[in-house]
Amino acid sequence: MSVDLTTRYLGLDLVHPIVPSASPMTGNLASLQELEEAGASAVVLWSLFEEQIEHDEQQALALAELHAESFGEAVGGYFPTLEDYNTGPGEYLKLIRNAKEHLNIPVIASLNGTSIGGWLRYGRLMEEAGADALELNIYMIPTDPRTTGADVEQQYLNLVTTLKGSISIPLAVKVGPFFSSIPNMATRLVEAGADGLVLFNRFYQPDIDLDELAVQPNLRLSTSDELRLPLRWTAILKGQVLGSLAVTSGVHTAEDVIKLLLAGADVTMMASALLKHGPERLTEALDGLRLWLEANEYESVRQMKGSMSQASSPDPEAFERGNYMKTLVTFARPMR
Amino acid sequence: MGRVVTVDGNEAAASVAFRTNEVIAIYPITPSSPMGELSDEWSAKGRTNIFGTIPEVVEMQSEAGAAGALHGALQGGAMATSFTASQGLLLKIPNMYKIAGELIPSVIHVAARSLATHALSIFGDHSDVMATRATGWAMVASASVQEAHDMALISQSATLQSRIPFLHFFDGFRTSHEVAKIEELSDDDVRAMIDDELVAAHRLRRLNPDAPVIRGTAQNPDVFFQAREACNPYYFAVADIVQSTMDRFADLTGRQYRLFDYVGAPDADRVVILMGSGIGAAEEAVEALVARGEKVGILKVRLYRPFSAEALIAALPASTRSIAVLDRTKEPGALGEPLYQDIITAISEQTAAGNVAWDGFPRIIGGRYGLSSKEFTPSMVAAVFVELDKDDPKVHFTVGIVDDVTHLSLDVTDDLNTEPDDVVRAVFFGLGADGTVGANKNSVKIIGENTALFAQGHFVYDSKKSGAITVSHLRFGPRPIKSTYEITRANFVACHQFNFLEKMAVLEVAQEGATFLLNSPFGADEVWDKLPLETQQTIIDKNISFYVVDGVKVARDVGLGGRINTILQTCFFNLAGILPPEQAISEIKEAIQKTYGKFGQTVLDRNFAAVDASIAALEKVEVPQAATSAFLRPAPVPDTAPDFVQRVTAMMIAGKGDLLPVSALPVDGTFPTGTTKFEKRSIAQDIPIWDPDICIDCAKCALVCPHAAIRMKVYDPSFLAGAPETFLSKEYRSREMPGNLLTIQVAPDDCTGCGVCVDICPAKSKEEVKHKSINMLPKSDHLATEQVNFDFFLALPEPDRTEVRLDTVKGSQMAEPLFEFSGACAGCGETPYIKLMTQMFGDRVSIANATGCSSIYGGNLPTTPYTTNADGRGPSWANSLFEDNAEFGLGLRLAQDQSVEDAKVLVSRFAGELGDELVEGLFAGVTDIDEIGLAAQRQRIEHAKKILVDIDSTEAHRLLAGIDTLAHKSIWIVGGDGWAYDIGFGGLDHVFASGRNVNILVLDTEVYSNTGGQASKATPRGAVAKFAAGGKPTGKKDLGMIAQAYGNVYVAQIAVGANNTQTVKAFAEAEAYPGTSLIIAYSQCIAHGIDMETGMSHQKDAVESGYWPLYRFDPTAEAEGKHSFHLDSRAPKIPFMDFAMQEARYAMLARTKPEEAERLFDLAQDDINNRWHLYEQLAEVDRVVADDDEDEEVRA
Repeated sequence: MSVDLTTRYLGLDLVHPIVPSASPMTGNLASLQELEEAGASAVVLWSLFEEQIEHDEQQALALAELHAESFGEAVGGYFPTLEDYNTGPGEYLKLIRNAKEHLNIPVIASLNGTSIGGWLRYGRLMEEAGADALELNIYMIPTDPRTTGADVEQQYLNLVTTLKGSISIPLAVKVGPFFSSIPNMATRLVEAGADGLVLFNRFYQPDIDLDELAVQPNLRLSTSDELRLPLRWTAILKGQVLGSLAVTSGVHTAEDVIKLLLAGADVTMMASALLKHGPERLTEALDGLRLWLEANEYESVRQMKGSMSQASSPDPEAFERGNYMKTLVTFARPMR
Repeated sequence: MGRVVTVDGNEAAASVAFRTNEVIAIYPITPSSPMGELSDEWSAKGRTNIFGTIPEVVEMQSEAGAAGALHGALQGGAMATSFTASQGLLLKIPNMYKIAGELIPSVIHVAARSLATHALSIFGDHSDVMATRATGWAMVASASVQEAHDMALISQSATLQSRIPFLHFFDGFRTSHEVAKIEELSDDDVRAMIDDELVAAHRLRRLNPDAPVIRGTAQNPDVFFQAREACNPYYFAVADIVQSTMDRFADLTGRQYRLFDYVGAPDADRVVILMGSGIGAAEEAVEALVARGEKVGILKVRLYRPFSAEALIAALPASTRSIAVLDRTKEPGALGEPLYQDIITAISEQTAAGNVAWDGFPRIIGGRYGLSSKEFTPSMVAAVFVELDKDDPKVHFTVGIVDDVTHLSLDVTDDLNTEPDDVVRAVFFGLGADGTVGANKNSVKIIGENTALFAQGHFVYDSKKSGAITVSHLRFGPRPIKSTYEITRANFVACHQFNFLEKMAVLEVAQEGATFLLNSPFGADEVWDKLPLETQQTIIDKNISFYVVDGVKVARDVGLGGRINTILQTCFFNLAGILPPEQAISEIKEAIQKTYGKFGQTVLDRNFAAVDASIAALEKVEVPQAATSAFLRPAPVPDTAPDFVQRVTAMMIAGKGDLLPVSALPVDGTFPTGTTKFEKRSIAQDIPIWDPDICIDCAKCALVCPHAAIRMKVYDPSFLAGAPETFLSKEYRSREMPGNLLTIQVAPDDCTGCGVCVDICPAKSKEEVKHKSINMLPKSDHLATEQVNFDFFLALPEPDRTEVRLDTVKGSQMAEPLFEFSGACAGCGETPYIKLMTQMFGDRVSIANATGCSSIYGGNLPTTPYTTNADGRGPSWANSLFEDNAEFGLGLRLAQDQSVEDAKVLVSRFAGELGDELVEGLFAGVTDIDEIGLAAQRQRIEHAKKILVDIDSTEAHRLLAGIDTLAHKSIWIVGGDGWAYDIGFGGLDHVFASGRNVNILVLDTEVYSNTGGQASKATPRGAVAKFAAGGKPTGKKDLGMIAQAYGNVYVAQIAVGANNTQTVKAFAEAEAYPGTSLIIAYSQCIAHGIDMETGMSHQKDAVESGYWPLYRFDPTAEAEGKHSFHLDSRAPKIPFMDFAMQEARYAMLARTKPEEAERLFDLAQDDINNRWHLYEQLAEVDRVVADDDEDEEVRA
């Protein structure tokens, strides 16, 4: 009998727990189809950014009005008047519709932003376009010392509440790890309406170009090393926090997938690995997962899921250990 | 009754032209360009004509080309049209003769504009259409926006019936750009007037191999005359056809027109006859005068050609005793202007035929008015009637100006006020591109289309390309608005920029008791003291209700940046009380939805928020009893300015140019140079402030400055004596020029704040990287200091040009710029090249400048940027036309060379007095172009002059007049890509072939920048431009390669922001090459849709992507055993997309048409790769067969 690889994420039944997360590969129909062919059980579409929408709309207007009504020989401005500026979510919604039309797997749309704003209505539009679920990616880099941790946390919660209030499809919230108490934040996010959490956001970190003496944010693809962080927290959160758990960043191999499932993840997400090695990497990881489960005589993913979470692990303290410490040797058990 | 719309004259005419034609061949020219642009827009949207097809709109290389294409389309049986004005109309004339001679029906629509004579003017009068009256085309004049719509259809119908082609015209700007409420003709109305049978007949007459004919034969004296007369019956029939068409139109719409329409007292003895928009003012004057009991009237001319003398007589009252004919054109040398001559001829013939009701011959006088959109008001009309009343009136006169030279002007004394009390008259002063005009056009739309009121908007623009002032004149009233003149009795005045109060008398147009709305950063309780004294006094004297609103703050708070227009518009509606407040708000929001909806929700949300926040921010100001201000409005020019500048230029700067009498202006269009320095516009918010500690003396800032507003001087430390203590300097590190100091100095009142100098500055502080050697800082904090510093800087000595390496970047920037403070856009990419040219050769250059941006910022009054050095030498500049610029420059070279020959002949004749050594020196020195040689030659010339001045002979005088030509003079032919690639290419090509010593500088912005971004053959593949809204499908013409094909033209392709050194070298080499030189200079432009502040550093990407390869083709290289073609840039390093996506002209296509963008951008990358591949090979090519090889070949 073959291993049952099915898993449930955000209330969606997936044939297995390996999903491509939001990246340029999930931004066009052609590569989405390739990913499906490679065996993806669902996809998270490339994100729609709050600041980009607003910026694009303002820019489209600025261009249409550029130096218009200023000089008598160019009263109408310097650009032809266009019918449709294709600002806003139009293109993205088309992507969702196309994806739904051509793919047989669930399509999760992705929305990126930091502040309550009109852009949140796009969540509803995405639902109307056919998205099976929505992933809200919140990345706030507070630089003002007067902004407290509590302020930041409240902002996250307001966003989730507002968005959830406008949609009826499941909502996953992707966050970074920089909270004082991740379990507390995770719980409150679920209370605010998150049906699942995606751990963790990898921020583009800025780099300094020594030739130009300029600051350039650039993308460094992840490696398996980065798995450790979400691995720890998945294990800690599993069982304590209601709602699905998905892990992204650092998932490159079948081993990575297995470790995360053991820790308690419902779904593991790949982006860098696919960008580096192509959709075949997903097939390889899936095959590796299946082989390992068969070789170790597991019946299903459901069976082994979370079997090494902090609650279920034989070494729960290991998940709490922060710094290097000499391993404590127990010589005798204390009297009860 | 038709649907009511608010449109301008151009749109009104184009709407009919588009629906009744299949082919539209155009070339853009102000003020007609919008007709072609709208047609292109509608065509792109898939709108159809009444035949069910989508008209094809094609942009040609010139109006001559458009006329040719028009003729071809007509001969091919299509319904075809064109739109043009002024010079463009002149270029169509040869084809107009042909089309009329072949009796082909067509209508062309003209936004009538002045012809270039002593000057160019973009403004309206009839001189262009009058130049076509001999072509045989019928001519129909519209006097209003409604008529521009109606006559377009009447003309189209009549041309089909008569087979005579029709020229339909309306006044440029006054009608073409006036927004008014009109009744729209529906498609059914249009169909009802166009007879399909006649269209079929036109089709049948086409050039058709199925039924071939031959046209355009060459005829001989035996038959030409008879054949020419054969068309007479067609012409005789036109008047009746037009009248019956007008009658049919009246049945359809209720609007009745006649060939001549009379308005006024039925028993008038004085009649004024005119055509065009002046009719509006004249009609108002007549109504007022008749109400006073005067027996006056006006006759409106509708059909000017063919001229129906019978209809004229029938329309005039039998009581007519005297007639004044007003012409809006000038024909010097003629007995009178055209309409005047036609009226006299008509009345003379009809009187002789006994067809008139009056006894004797009426007195007929002729006057000129309104040239180049000069205001024509009811008061002026009244003055004409006063003149007609005299026993001895002027037979020829002018009205609207003061002619104190030939005394032809009438005195306008009766300030006839025909503005009714129930009309709202609002005047708005705005900053160009701040949205004021757009919002006002919107207001006209809101009121015109949602109420029973009539609405009119007239907009006055500035001559500057950045920091321009716009004035909007809006009228709203219960009756159709005929006031075709600006508002001088406003009951509402709005000033949208606080600092305008210091520049002009904004409240001069306000009437007693008017309302004044000021966009002010100061609240109601502090604004009073911030006003100039004159403004305070006017507010008090005219009992003005004064309101303020901080539009900038409201805009910023709702996230609209600097866009204040929605806010000010809402306040206007609130104060003007034309609509009830709630209705006004809801109409404004609906208009916002309609206008801005397509940009996105963010834009809508923020504008709605602005509307809601506006009223709350509006405050009424308590006006004190007395004016208390501590300061007056500053004078427009300093009192140290030259006499002409103080008397004449200052008036123009202050907006009082209309008051200048004829004697104040030059007789032949010649103006003094160097006047921009007297107009301190002070439009920058931030200016660059220098930190000498970081400076590395590279001179890049000075090199790239578009306005010569940041400069460099290197000088001996002794000159610092007496320097203000704020004046900065540093040691200038140089082996060639040791012991000197360097200063980088900003001209704070002339800087436009573009930031390009800071962007290009490579020097960064080691302690704080964002701090460069120059940094943009608030002008208000530094103005006083830098004014003092700049004055001292100007007094520092200029370097000795014989000791400076002028062909290097630093050396060139040490030289004084003789092109400064032009009205070019902030961050302009063209002007740094011109400035550099004047630094290197300015004191010996004559510039032939094509029409375009460079002729506008180079020569648009009131002030012009080319200036002189301390010796009084500097660039001498002329704009001839658009299409002839290369030829014009060649002509300058021919004259220079001939003058040299003439001078040499004369010098020989005076050899005795001058001495052999001097004569030999003068002859040898003619060809010296280096600084030392030139200085020596000039010295010899001065020496010779001293001798010649004492010789009393006409030949000596003639030699004195021309002897300066013996010192080398450089001819630079300057223009944009519109001229070089398109309309002027024929002439340019001929100049290439001539091999004469001229230098051609093509400022390539890759689009027609001046007229608002139409595509040229320099526009690259995939770029979005007008007439290429879907991305230009074809690649860029390689002008450089075409020139190189001649083999003896020096060609350089440069980009100053990417490679400073190659740029300066190219200029030096071009100047030195004793043949034809061509420099093609990459010029970033606002039409590219880039952040202009980074425009110069952005050029690097253009070069690194291979989009703009740098090279020099030197015809002299082969002789030295080198290859003539030398690549100065490297193989493409970054993909085209990386460069292109930073520019809206490409990014916009990717957004609006992604698939097409992908296709075109792939091709664009291929273009780059293939071109580089070709260039790389060319760089290795030997163009000339080596001597030994040649012998071998001959022997073989």
